[in-house]
Amino acid sequence: MEGTRLKLGDLQKIAEHEVDFERAFKHRINVCCSSGCVPFGAFDVLKAFQEAVKEFGVEKECKVARTGCVGTCAVGPAVVIEPGDYLYQNVTPDKVRQIVRDHIVLGLPVKDMLYQNEAFFKKQHRLVLRNAGKIDPTRIQDYIAAGGYAAIVKCLATMTPQGVIYEVLGSGLRGRGGAGFPTGQKWSLVARSHSSPKYIVANLDEGDPGVFANRTLAEADPHAILEGMLIAAYAVGAEKGYIYIRAEYPLAIETLQKAIAQARAMSLLGENVLETSFKFDVELRFGAGAFVAGEETAILASVEGRRAMPRPRPPYPANSGLWGKPTLIQNVETLANIPLIVLNGGAWFSKIGTGKCTGTKCFSLTGKVNNPGIIEVPMGITLHEVVFDVGGGVADNRKFKAVLVGGPSGGCLPETLLELPIDYDSLTRVGAIMGSGGIVVIDDKSCMVDTAKFFTDFCIDESCGKCTPCRAGLAKIKEIFEGITRGEGNLEDLATLEKASIYIRDASLCGLGQTAPNPVITTLRYFKDEYVRHIVDKVCPADRCFKNVKEVNKQ
Amino acid sequence: MLREDKRRELLDNFMRKHEYDESALLEILHKTQEIYGYLDNESLMYVAQSLNLPPSHVYGVATFYSFFKLKAAGEHVVTGCLGTACYVKGVEEIMQAVEREFNVKRGESTADGKLSLFVTRCIGACAMAPSVVIDGEVMGKATPELVINKLKLLLGGNKTETR
Repeated sequence: MEGTRLKLGDLQKIAEHEVDFERAFKHRINVCCSSGCVPFGAFDVLKAFQEAVKEFGVEKECKVARTGCVGTCAVGPAVVIEPGDYLYQNVTPDKVRQIVRDHIVLGLPVKDMLYQNEAFFKKQHRLVLRNAGKIDPTRIQDYIAAGGYAAIVKCLATMTPQGVIYEVLGSGLRGRGGAGFPTGQKWSLVARSHSSPKYIVANLDEGDPGVFANRTLAEADPHAILEGMLIAAYAVGAEKGYIYIRAEYPLAIETLQKAIAQARAMSLLGENVLETSFKFDVELRFGAGAFVAGEETAILASVEGRRAMPRPRPPYPANSGLWGKPTLIQNVETLANIPLIVLNGGAWFSKIGTGKCTGTKCFSLTGKVNNPGIIEVPMGITLHEVVFDVGGGVADNRKFKAVLVGGPSGGCLPETLLELPIDYDSLTRVGAIMGSGGIVVIDDKSCMVDTAKFFTDFCIDESCGKCTPCRAGLAKIKEIFEGITRGEGNLEDLATLEKASIYIRDASLCGLGQTAPNPVITTLRYFKDEYVRHIVDKVCPADRCFKNVKEVNKQ
Repeated sequence: MLREDKRRELLDNFMRKHEYDESALLEILHKTQEIYGYLDNESLMYVAQSLNLPPSHVYGVATFYSFFKLKAAGEHVVTGCLGTACYVKGVEEIMQAVEREFNVKRGESTADGKLSLFVTRCIGACAMAPSVVIDGEVMGKATPELVINKLKLLLGGNKTETR
């Protein structure tokens, strides 16, 4: 282990050098250049700042950096000026000169351009997104200076693979991909499997519409994902890893490609990681727009270059995954927690969140809410706190109607359930799921019948067609919905809907089919009156349905 | 058979880089689409032969994933995001307005091939919903008027049939 210590020294040297280098600057201007801000001109803003600091002659005391997401995606491009964490919103190149002149040169922050919203950040707890918006994701030195790769060094120098698994077990961490399987247990299963080689697949196929937390992580802190994979590989004995990422995420792909190249160049990936006998390398695999590919057996098929169709389990991927070999599949958010658990210990992590659901969870908070964006909150926080404190309440002064938790196969929850603490088990109890972390706020302008129909349409599109309950059952549900929203429904339809939903839930092969009826089941449970009004009174309370019917009648 | 030209050379090089490995089929199809714009029978056949796979397998994969296009797109492309956040915020009205205005159905192109209208499931710009992508550029907080005006501007010189 001589080599490791030597390399540990190297990493520390890099970190110290970076910190010294940073210290020379009085200010740091962080320009968010993630997918939420780039389409609205973030790179132009970055360039404008680089030019403006030169123009005012402050380039020596002022560092301009591109960073990942700060979370306030609705007011992009966002710029944070340190020290003091001044967050400027809706920055355009023509505002940049004023910001540099007033804030940097004169020391007077431009108040009316600042994002004045303490509440958005107050209840958040940023572990996974610890570096998001703070470091330059395209520079490995930034990550190292922030304590990055210290955890893999610690593993290689002082911990056995079993020791690492012990800490992960002790942390209580559960898979962030949706189902919430205990991470440590999964690792033990793969580690115990005798067959080799072993593989790791990092799931970044965020197919849920309305969810972009994993992308944010990859764009803001790609090395955290790589370090999590390295530690997992060391613990279970894998030599090769794949990151399965949506092709629709070009910026995240580019960021990860850069990160992998940098890590290889510094011998953090490849043969003899940090001069030890441990070897591990990572390759990207691109998805191509298939929601079902997030299912763990389907993702394996896709990485192997086939149609992403799930297969029955067992055998579980831990025993028979990629090419029949033991494979550890983890969501990237799960992996990004790992370095912190190794550095601070499982016991430390287990104190965050609730007893059964430790840690934090990233959510994409969207829909009719005042502060949409990417948030990270401790497990156990209530829906009310998320929607009304972090989210700032319903937008446009409309009335809250429902909150959809868990993506297109999540559940629509009513106002009466807002005090529900968010964790895997409590969400499942009320018919929703954690899913990959989508929270969509729905106001009184939306019709719940139409919403349930929309999700059913989505799941029909995305159903792979392999098993009958999902393929044929969802089509039947859609037929009934079409009748109801045309004004041709009858009350027996509701019983049929419920019965069909339960069949599909119980009999489908994979998670897609098993959860696809959730929006139907929950809207029937919590918003039955809306269905009844459609059927009996032929009235859509939100005035969304019957539109085509009315037009026909007019003619 | 795919014509021997610069484009095929690019594809050949890419497949060689992946050692004609069948597990890289998705990457290779991505590359093929990037080079040729879409996947037609010739290019799919060529990939199948190169990787020594049955054409049915390659066709099956290409049709399974929605990212792969088997038809050429129009000169200008407008894609509506049908993600949840965009739906809740009214992207459907924008789609219907474009369909009416330019006499085009989603998933298809206008008769003169000037404009294609596609839908996608979430581009991840949810905080800016509703979002529409016009020729690769994201328009956030879109409205039917904004989108139609932008498209009219793009199609300006061209005689696209409008109502």
